Amino acid sequence: MSGALEVRGLNKDFRLRNGMASTVLHAVADVSFTVEPHRTVALVGESGSGKSTIARIIAKLETPTSGQVLLDGRPTPTRATADYRRQVQMVFQDPFASLNPFHSISHHIERPLRIHHPELSTQAVRERVVELLERVQLTPGSAYLERRPHELSGGQRQRVAIARALAPGARFVVADEPVSMLDVSIRVDVLNLLADLQRAEGLGVLYITHDLATARHFSDEILVMYRGSIVERGRADEVILNPQHEYTKKLREAAADPDRLGELRDEVRREMAGGAA
Amino acid sequence: MTAAAVLTARNVSITYEVNPPVDAVRDVSLTLHRGEILGLAGESGCGKTTLAYGMNRLLKAPAVMTSGEVVFHDGDGTDIDVATMDAEALRRYRWSKVSMVFQGSMNSLNPVMNVRTQLQDVFTTHQPSLRRAGRDARCAELLDLVGVDPSRLSAFPHELSGGMRQRVMIAMALALDPQVMIMDEPTTALDVVVQRGIIRQIMRLRERLGFAVVFITHDLPLLIEISDRIAIMREGRIVEEGAAEQIYHAPQADYTRHLLSSFPSLTGARGAFVRGGAA
Repeated sequence: MSGALEVRGLNKDFRLRNGMASTVLHAVADVSFTVEPHRTVALVGESGSGKSTIARIIAKLETPTSGQVLLDGRPTPTRATADYRRQVQMVFQDPFASLNPFHSISHHIERPLRIHHPELSTQAVRERVVELLERVQLTPGSAYLERRPHELSGGQRQRVAIARALAPGARFVVADEPVSMLDVSIRVDVLNLLADLQRAEGLGVLYITHDLATARHFSDEILVMYRGSIVERGRADEVILNPQHEYTKKLREAAADPDRLGELRDEVRREMAGGAA
Repeated sequence: MTAAAVLTARNVSITYEVNPPVDAVRDVSLTLHRGEILGLAGESGCGKTTLAYGMNRLLKAPAVMTSGEVVFHDGDGTDIDVATMDAEALRRYRWSKVSMVFQGSMNSLNPVMNVRTQLQDVFTTHQPSLRRAGRDARCAELLDLVGVDPSRLSAFPHELSGGMRQRVMIAMALALDPQVMIMDEPTTALDVVVQRGIIRQIMRLRERLGFAVVFITHDLPLLIEISDRIAIMREGRIVEEGAAEQIYHAPQADYTRHLLSSFPSLTGARGAFVRGGAA
């Protein structure tokens, strides 16, 4: 088994001020998990459960209060090194905010290439950019080089963001709600693309989402977060189809399911009839 | 039993008169029956919100309804042509016959007024004869109806959670006992568990008060679960309309099938989904 991205005993406290008093919010409480190459781990939970904080800690945008991020079994420095960035990349939620409107598409992908592979010639960089664009199904790649983010749709932008994450040769990708801002009919396409790339490159993916259905189909393992802690973990199908923890059951219950067509209406009617009787 | 129609749109077209003009809604006919939940689904930019605005005559320039008519069939048997009402009639009509829960409306409460003042505003405008005590009682009743403790009447919006604010907006829309409520993405920005609670509340209130709902969202699985009928919109047209069962089990239009396949099933088979990683 070649290396893995691991977090061990992660804690993150935020100090909340309320006038003179201050309270401590445990945003992440003792979280440990491993992302292996070729595998997808989904982190699911509601807003405020701490899932994005974990993503930010892994991306070194946030310092944990205690605990470690390990890469290939070795502790990583608090501040990200070039080597760490080359291996661990992020895809953010909002493709409208994560691309610089001032720069062309080629600039966005060229930069990580130049930074992490200074030995490449201009010609080689160009070729690599086109190749990366085509890998994320923006074909022909050369047609996108000089375009700017505002000329692309949300789905196309998110593809650019994925290409950018792959550019340095990343082995691990942290995708924080990568499709929640996209139109429904292209969400599956973007997730399928990510899955295809993962298979081809042997990527380890941490997929952060609130959507149980895509978490189930897209990942091997699911971690359910509630108020900073992982309350349930296991094989994806197992967690969704046979949830053990109360909170997982509640989430599962709350997710829309077309198979339960009309059930809510009937249930409400029964309840009202019962109340009236 | 088939209920009578309560709101009918016939051949409605709405254009945004910009350069070049955008035909946001094209020749749409839609009937809402008394007491039913009609789901309106489609992706961003398909015209679903524009259509809802048109049905309530809320369109603002540059949007213009270029053709078609919208008729409201009042409970007492009279028909009201929404498009030709004068300003005063329109003022009376809105909110008391057809009310609306706007998109992102949990952020549309006035931050410097407490909930009581904002709810009472509806009554001072539409039922000026109602005394203060009556207004107070009615406001408390409304909050109770949507599952918010009436003691929160004196709270300001920032003291309430997103779900509670959304419930207050629904209470406001219920204030005049409307026959139709148009809900534009009423729960989209909320967490699933909170969303569920609100949907359940809407279903309960519908049973109790008998209003009809136009429920607009892109979340097709949710619509299938709760609606009686569903209309699928694309590029300003309704591509398919039918009972929720039919849309789910026997969709006719390719686009409906495409939309359905965009939502992987929570418990069923994988569908169009490929999965990477170790088998």
